Amino acid sequence: MKLLKLVPDDTNIKFLKLRVPFFVLSIVLIAGSWAAVLTQGLNFGVDFAGGQEVRLTFEEREQAPIPSLRELVGGLGYGEPVVQEFGGPQSVSIRVPLPEGAEETPGAATEIGNQVIAAIAKQYPDARTDGNDTVSGKVAGEFRDSAILALVAAMLAVAIYIWVRFEWQFGVGALFALFHDVSVTLGLFAITQWEFGLQIVAAILAIIGYSLNDTIVVYDRIRENLKKFRKMPLPELLDLSVNETLARTIMTSLTLFVALIPLLVFGPPSLFGMVAAITAGLFIGTYSSIYMAGPLLIWMGVTSNSFVPTESAADRQEKIARGEV
Amino acid sequence: MLEFPLWKKLWLWGLTLAAAALSLPSLFNVSGLDWPSSLPNPQVNLGLDLAGGSHLLLEAKAEDIRAQRLENMEETVRQLMRNARPRIRIGDVSTGDGRMSFMLDSAGDIDRARGLLEPVLQGNTLTRDWDLSVVDGQRIVLRPTAAGIDTALDDAMESATEVVRRRIDELGTREPTIIRQGDTRIVVQVPGLDDPEALKSLLGQTAKLEFKLVDLNALPENVQAGIAPPGSQIFPYAAGTPFEGRFEAVRRLGGIGGGNLTGAQAGVDPTNNQNVVNITFDAQGGAKFAKLTRENVGKPFAIILDGEVISAPNINEPILGGRAQIAGSFTSESANNLAISLRSGALPVDLAIVEERTVGPDLGADSIRKGLLAMAIGSLAVVVLMIASYGRFGIYSTIALVFNVLMLLGIMAGLNATLTLPGIAGFVITIGAAVDANVLINERIREERKRGRKVIAAVETGYKEASRAIWDANLTNFIAGLALFAFGSGPVKGFAVVLVGGLFTSVFTGVMLTRMWVAGWLRKARPSDITI
Repeated sequence: MKLLKLVPDDTNIKFLKLRVPFFVLSIVLIAGSWAAVLTQGLNFGVDFAGGQEVRLTFEEREQAPIPSLRELVGGLGYGEPVVQEFGGPQSVSIRVPLPEGAEETPGAATEIGNQVIAAIAKQYPDARTDGNDTVSGKVAGEFRDSAILALVAAMLAVAIYIWVRFEWQFGVGALFALFHDVSVTLGLFAITQWEFGLQIVAAILAIIGYSLNDTIVVYDRIRENLKKFRKMPLPELLDLSVNETLARTIMTSLTLFVALIPLLVFGPPSLFGMVAAITAGLFIGTYSSIYMAGPLLIWMGVTSNSFVPTESAADRQEKIARGEV
Repeated sequence: MLEFPLWKKLWLWGLTLAAAALSLPSLFNVSGLDWPSSLPNPQVNLGLDLAGGSHLLLEAKAEDIRAQRLENMEETVRQLMRNARPRIRIGDVSTGDGRMSFMLDSAGDIDRARGLLEPVLQGNTLTRDWDLSVVDGQRIVLRPTAAGIDTALDDAMESATEVVRRRIDELGTREPTIIRQGDTRIVVQVPGLDDPEALKSLLGQTAKLEFKLVDLNALPENVQAGIAPPGSQIFPYAAGTPFEGRFEAVRRLGGIGGGNLTGAQAGVDPTNNQNVVNITFDAQGGAKFAKLTRENVGKPFAIILDGEVISAPNINEPILGGRAQIAGSFTSESANNLAISLRSGALPVDLAIVEERTVGPDLGADSIRKGLLAMAIGSLAVVVLMIASYGRFGIYSTIALVFNVLMLLGIMAGLNATLTLPGIAGFVITIGAAVDANVLINERIREERKRGRKVIAAVETGYKEASRAIWDANLTNFIAGLALFAFGSGPVKGFAVVLVGGLFTSVFTGVMLTRMWVAGWLRKARPSDITI
């Protein structure tokens, strides 16, 4: 039986030859992402912006009456609603942001929600309400705070773990790689203006986990090779390690990818943003493991000595006693 | 590597089968089969986003409770001083700025006043509820202590939770979850709800009912301008009543609260076909009500609900039977809601809905179907890829993957964990990522074979060398998973449950189980070469 081999044996791709241009590219990506986040902003859903979102299905029509819904809800005086198709032509999501100054009123979002639902039920008795989310300004603020806290805490905690298990340079390298992943994912959401909510933050946390997986596999091989090939120049050793783990990297990315694609295509529409983020993160994370996590080790001066036990004071005493020094 | 003592095999298989067996009731449930009722029936809970239902987060205003306490204290002080023998005369009573103060007409009463107040200030707990200070020898200032405020808040939230529970029970829904969260919040989760609007309007109503005498001496123009005469309060008429937009002045003291009710029923007044709520007082309330109406025949009293006047009828005759009827432009629905609210008692504090998540039952079922379909296709793709790449070793990974999913589901059922929509995504990710351990191991075996190691040595090194990275990767993933746990509300937590649980089952099935099977095969077949 002939088995499938995605990566030929003994590849010797010089990944790190282009480390400087790719590193510059990564920095540009990170900077560009943050620029996009700061200028365009993220399209916060109700989770983070507060307000009201209702999802409707018009089973008896071929198409949901989007323009007239927009007019109806806009006419209620809570500002311009976002009305868009949701998972199919018969379904819509209608989002009404919190009006200025309503952030502090606890029941404002619910009140708006009640008005919107009542108005729609009156005008379109055939509409089926699939779901309704209302989030007050205060709760949305708490979600924002806890999201930032969770992301920062997760990145720092795993970086510390890697520092302890490997060396400080590896911890810093992993932290930068994760920062890259989180930044670029945020940038993607700023540019596409896909709705950004709690699920997306959960997706980013999953990306952190996945990207780390990759980084650790490469790092583990680097550690092993550092012990094995003491004299090999670091760039060469990194290339060797990346090449040796390349088959695994491709294979694992592929299995995760083929598992996610059906969910993206056939899955429930309310999972689309989350799954899209994770799928994108798959590529971003693999890239950063090779081009962020690796080169940083070179520049931070990792050497074989990092993993070879240094002579202890007792050994030295013994040597002196034996007159070897 | 090949040595697998019997006890080790037994516990590996025992654990695997036990956990997988726990998943059976849930699988029966999903596929619409009946699980024999004589057997234990652990089930994975479906989150509201899959089962349909409402999640509400209610928040009480702590300031309201504080203000309410000051007001109650004022009433208590007035009563104590009035009932003292000889009476202690006081004036310049004021509440505000988080304190209540009053002036004694005569400085000589100070010690008596203190003595009377002492038991009230001490409260029922070990710490004092109020601090008392005397200014200028004649003015008494009462401030609630931090401990006193905490106790009051805690009591109010405790009884608010109870009231919320009673109201939801009246709706007759199945298995609502009502829990306090933090200092001032209550989480309400009601699965499979037909009418979320009814739930919301029921919980939005404080249902604080008061009967107060109308202040007939108040000047109408002052009342409409919102200026209350001394000893009186101004309330607006409720929306929908004939006097909407106008105000009524009522005497602050001497009224009756709704706390003394034993029953409330919605009904229709046969004389005019109006929707009404019939209320019944308990003995104490009935006596008070009788006294109030007997002493004030011919005068109007206001029925005030949540700070709005519903109606202000004249007292035509004393009402002695402890029964009364509230009329006030109700619809049959609002009358019914009010009756429920009155029966279950007034909320001790206003609750605002600060977060609502409602999912219709159709959408939930649709999500499950789509999620399962995607999961099936995804799993199939992973399996094909694994077997095509690693042959026999891929088949082992596939069997491990099946057990992985079953064990994860079983553990969740055993722990009564909740499966949410993001949790389904978590399952898909687990399936895609679980094989990573096998990929690492298998690739390593390939490498070692290429380097010329013998089959058994290659397999052994493969498992050993790959384990380090698998261990590190899963531990760091676990740490990131903890952050997920700490973050976010229900659905996202469901995602964390699956991801974190999946780490354990993936390592167990992907490393430990496959190793046992591979070892068994190697020992039996003793192959000189392997296809990998």
